[in-house]
Amino acid sequence: MTETTQNPVTAPANILHPSGYLRRNPSVLWFLLGLAVLTLAVTLLSPAYGGGGISTSFVKTLGKTLCLCLAALAMDIVWGYTGILSLGHMAFFALGGYMIGQWLMYARTQEIVLQSLVAGPLPPTAEEIAQGVGSQIFGVVGGSDIPLIWGFAHSLPLQLALVVLVPGLLALIFGWLAFRSRVTGVYLSILTQAMTLALSLYLFQNDSGLRGNNGLSGLQNLPGLADVSQDFLSVWFFWASALMLALAYLLLSAVVSGKMGSVLRAIRDDEARVRFLGYPVEGYKLFVFVVTAILCGIAGALYYPQAGIINPAELAPIASIYLAVWVAIGGRGRLYGAVIGAAFVSLLSSWFTGGRAPSIPLGVYTIDWVDWWQVLLGLSFVAVTLWAPKGIGGVFDRFQGLHSPDRKGQPLGPDAGSLQESEAVE
Amino acid sequence: MTALLEVSGVSVSFDGFRAINNLSFSIGAAELRAIIGPNGAGKTTFMDIITGKTRPDSGSVTWGERAISLLNLSEAAIARIGIGRKFQRPTVFEDQTVAENLILALKSPRNPFAALAFVLTGEGRARVAALAAQVGLGAHLARKAGELSHGQKQWLEIAMLLAQEPRLLLIDEPAAGMTLAEREQTTAMLVGIARTRAVVVVEHDMEFVRRLNCRVTVLHEGAVLAEGSLDHVTRNPAVIEVYLGRG
Repeated sequence: MTETTQNPVTAPANILHPSGYLRRNPSVLWFLLGLAVLTLAVTLLSPAYGGGGISTSFVKTLGKTLCLCLAALAMDIVWGYTGILSLGHMAFFALGGYMIGQWLMYARTQEIVLQSLVAGPLPPTAEEIAQGVGSQIFGVVGGSDIPLIWGFAHSLPLQLALVVLVPGLLALIFGWLAFRSRVTGVYLSILTQAMTLALSLYLFQNDSGLRGNNGLSGLQNLPGLADVSQDFLSVWFFWASALMLALAYLLLSAVVSGKMGSVLRAIRDDEARVRFLGYPVEGYKLFVFVVTAILCGIAGALYYPQAGIINPAELAPIASIYLAVWVAIGGRGRLYGAVIGAAFVSLLSSWFTGGRAPSIPLGVYTIDWVDWWQVLLGLSFVAVTLWAPKGIGGVFDRFQGLHSPDRKGQPLGPDAGSLQESEAVE
Repeated sequence: MTALLEVSGVSVSFDGFRAINNLSFSIGAAELRAIIGPNGAGKTTFMDIITGKTRPDSGSVTWGERAISLLNLSEAAIARIGIGRKFQRPTVFEDQTVAENLILALKSPRNPFAALAFVLTGEGRARVAALAAQVGLGAHLARKAGELSHGQKQWLEIAMLLAQEPRLLLIDEPAAGMTLAEREQTTAMLVGIARTRAVVVVEHDMEFVRRLNCRVTVLHEGAVLAEGSLDHVTRNPAVIEVYLGRG
């Protein structure tokens, strides 16, 4: 093996005495700056706080995109850094949405029921209110009793706790069972997909207690804020989403640039070796799985009030596959890659499927993007996998003059798509 | 001398094939031992049993002064109580720098929360620098392990093993792929390490074993065939019959 020096050998002192976290991670500053500029621009262009250069629905689209970026960050930690290709993380995302949706729907319906009962001769009893709320929410699935799982729906703090606890606990139980048996690779992906599918099919049933295929709706209306227009609410949610994304990015980049990141990449590349160093590999995987599930839950809880509706189709395995595609196209194993991939592909997707993309007449056939977008996305995923395994993030490497050695056929080391270490600390 | 590791009456079969057959072995706290044997003698399976990768069908493996059984511990737990293993092929984390590889191996609490809270102290820094210098990688700390030559990777792995501060080192063919000068350096180092720790070396190269100048255990068909000094075992007719005679 020839000893080609890829990057100049820096003095040992530098590697052992890293100066300043931000100086080692300039991408964090650029990211925060970009997010701040975007937030300012959206605020100043929004109908609520500025000229109205963009519509409220576009503010919502952008806010939702930030939530998807947050989920992509989580996916990147699980897949890009730890090497667990989970095809179930959008289930955690949707569960977060369901949990916040329960409160939104319950509290809002209660307001409406109270208003309608106020005209009566006697003040309404608690039973009447419950019956009213029950028939309003569950009439659509032919019931009027409030199921047990709505027991906490009256309380915002409790449902917020569930946003964290439900995805977290599900990930803990599922991950414990899967990792303990040392299920890895494709089998683990299939297992996570099965979990997602089972959950989705369960929620499609009318007696699941979450309104079957109707899902939860009207989530854009915040209880107690009926007279605040959507113009304002959309910007507030955008701010909240941006703040959450910024916090998660800061936190995760600190985590992956330290020893934790080193252990996770080591697990991705050779987990047996990590075990012989004394690290409880299963514990690390479980930790990462649960933390990222919680992050996805939080992202979902911010997403669905902006989307307004959630139904079990949101949990379908395809959603989680999209998440993996975003991360792959953006460049896995680097946080900014995940964000760029999610933002780029999901915005492009809403442009193509929104009917605004011009159709291409071919004479005998017209390419209508609403139908053909999926095909284009699928092809670009194949193309990225084959020819640009680093995704869009690879473009940044070009700018920095970084290129990783061609390692085809090497028995050891990471797969070609994962990031090389010197790039990870850039 | 009380034994640090005591393997007694261990057997293991794979699909009816007896890879290890009623094997007994023990090593003291500061001892160098070479294990030789023809291919298929069960050397690697023996290491797998000690490090928890393979569960034996019968027998016991006990460790330390309090004679803890290793049979119910996970690989990671066995590594944490002080057994380090070096594989034949260098297995370093190619995508990480030499420094990161060493920091990963550095003795420290291994749970995820400790990894989150981990800060490289001055002491740890000095230790990493010293270990790298010891194996001649002092100038390569910032390089990715994947860029190193085969021999350098072997050295890095040895340094990682030392960073774990194990009480027992299991080393599979350390001299494979090394130059003559490197072999001599390796011999000196192993002898040095064995002054304070137990070292088990599995090796094919008889010249290398001779230079180690230590007790030798000959394995054959999953059991100990002979044990003693190299000269002693090489005079053993049974050993000549199965191993040396054909070499």
